[in-house]
Amino acid sequence: MKEKIKFVQGNEACMEAAMYAGLDFFAGYPITPSTEIAEHLAYRLPQTGGKFLQMEDEISSMCAIIGASLTGHKVMTATSGPGFSLMQEALGYAVMAEIPAVIVNVQRGGPSTGNPTHVSQGDVNQARWGTHGDHAMITLTASSHQELFEITVDAFNLAETYRTPVILLMDEVIGHMREKLVIPEDGEIPLVKRLRTSVKEGVDYHPYFPREDGRLPMSDFGGVHRYNVTGLYHDMWGFPSDNPRLVHDLIRHLVDKIQNDRHVIARSNQYYLEDARTILISYGSAARSALHVVEKSRSEGGRVGLLELKTLWPFPSGLVQEKCAKARTIIVVEMNMGQMLSEVKKAVDNPESVFLANRIDGVLITPVDITRIMRLIQGRGV
Amino acid sequence: MGAKDYIRAKFFPHMWCPGCGHGTVLNGLLTAIEKLDLSKNDIVVVSGIGCSSRISGYVDFHTLHTIHGRALAFATGVKMSRPKLNIIVPMGDGDALAIGGNHFIHAARRNIDITAIVMNNRIYGMTGGQFSPLSGYGIKASTAPYYNIDHGFDVVNLAVAAGATFVARSTTYHVQQLANILCKAIQHKGFSVVEVLSQCPTYFGRKNNSGSAVEMMESYKNNTTPKGSKAKDENPDLIERGVFVQKELPEYCEEYDKIIKIAKDRS
Repeated sequence: MKEKIKFVQGNEACMEAAMYAGLDFFAGYPITPSTEIAEHLAYRLPQTGGKFLQMEDEISSMCAIIGASLTGHKVMTATSGPGFSLMQEALGYAVMAEIPAVIVNVQRGGPSTGNPTHVSQGDVNQARWGTHGDHAMITLTASSHQELFEITVDAFNLAETYRTPVILLMDEVIGHMREKLVIPEDGEIPLVKRLRTSVKEGVDYHPYFPREDGRLPMSDFGGVHRYNVTGLYHDMWGFPSDNPRLVHDLIRHLVDKIQNDRHVIARSNQYYLEDARTILISYGSAARSALHVVEKSRSEGGRVGLLELKTLWPFPSGLVQEKCAKARTIIVVEMNMGQMLSEVKKAVDNPESVFLANRIDGVLITPVDITRIMRLIQGRGV
Repeated sequence: MGAKDYIRAKFFPHMWCPGCGHGTVLNGLLTAIEKLDLSKNDIVVVSGIGCSSRISGYVDFHTLHTIHGRALAFATGVKMSRPKLNIIVPMGDGDALAIGGNHFIHAARRNIDITAIVMNNRIYGMTGGQFSPLSGYGIKASTAPYYNIDHGFDVVNLAVAAGATFVARSTTYHVQQLANILCKAIQHKGFSVVEVLSQCPTYFGRKNNSGSAVEMMESYKNNTTPKGSKAKDENPDLIERGVFVQKELPEYCEEYDKIIKIAKDRS
């Protein structure tokens, strides 16, 4: 199957994965370095009867995909920092109204217009806390095109499973770099279909009354059940309410359904962790450099390992604590000023042993950078 | 069926003030829907935030109560993904034309088959009486305690300029005209805009000495005139009512269906 092997940009790999996952509605607005996702989808979606919309801004793009998700479609938007900032209010709406959607943020340097065509991982905390109010958020990332493909499909699956928006945090290097991608056969990666209600027409349907397993079966807008959807606190019919008990129960539900499943949602790659005295923790394109350092060190007899995080939120604190329990030194490798560093420090038993190896100048952190910082931390000089 | 068959009685009483015009708009809308004999399952009402936007909760259709100013953007997603549905978007003046102004002109430009109703009471009611982009120069509001120096939009002219293919105006006094216009707007294939002058005696009225709700409605009778009437020539200050634009142009979802056909043929 010649056409199943491609040499593509990460943005194209993400697009291929979205199509594989059953994407049939995309709305977006041009922004570097994510634009190629929209360009490819403008061409591809109508071939399968799907819809592509270029909206007037990122706010309306986010709103449009929420509307389309409600009618029963698999939806996505793609953007970068400034657009991601504009999407935050509607993103919170999708959290509150429990609407599945995938939001891709191909990170560039910020704040503001920042460093549009250069790499950064500065939006990690924005993904977690960008929208206002208490909430939980699923955020995934990847460091190679093959894994980006898998994690993108995963993002769609988790969005349906938890009835929630899922953020896919790419970075400029992953988005624009070209490498090999093998498109899996149909069925090779399982797809989660939307859970639809079995309640018959004419019987009272409660869109916001969770089943025993916590999941809420949906009914497509335009179907036989007419109900209300709102960003206000709401009862089981979706009608606004400020009843304190109801408000309490709903915020707990929204947070707990994700936070309590953090071990289920946690995805990672683990390299040489068993006997590692020094553990690097990294993600996205930075993890490629970190892995290079680890493999080189191993070839020289060093006891260094890498924990590559693919789930950033909910932060897999149990996993990090367990894997780092025996490490003397933990080095977080990332391209920001320590956004995951603080999470790692909170998770491990020995936070004084956690250090940062970073670059914040729009240039990919290299194995040489990491090695030098590691030597300094280990007291071996540069 | 009567209007009561289209409402969610268990969610009443509504939250509008005594004398508010929005209930009259709701009644006009339900009268139109009854006249058109539309199935309740085929109607989606999408609203934003504000007094007007609470209309969605009270009607027994598919209802989407969204965030401030963005109702038309949500509605665009609903319509594009399921073009057979009738989409009705009631909005307030601030919701539609301040925070939502960009979405308003772009929805009009696309000519997507959505019925937008601007319930224009010239004030932000829910937050307690601040001026809106439709208040107009000289009006008093809680954020214009001396007087308002912002000039207002003319919704009809704006919608026409932006490319809406059905544009009309009525008032809460002219209830039969209102229902008839809403009928035509819903039936129209393309982006329809209906501006409804709707009184807010609580905030606009009190701050501007407009009198009671009844007096405000009487002013709609006295200060408006059918479009193209002689009275307008004699008194240019009169506000015209009626249908200003009604034309057939390609509708957005149908245009996209053509794209799908081309894409499928080529692939």
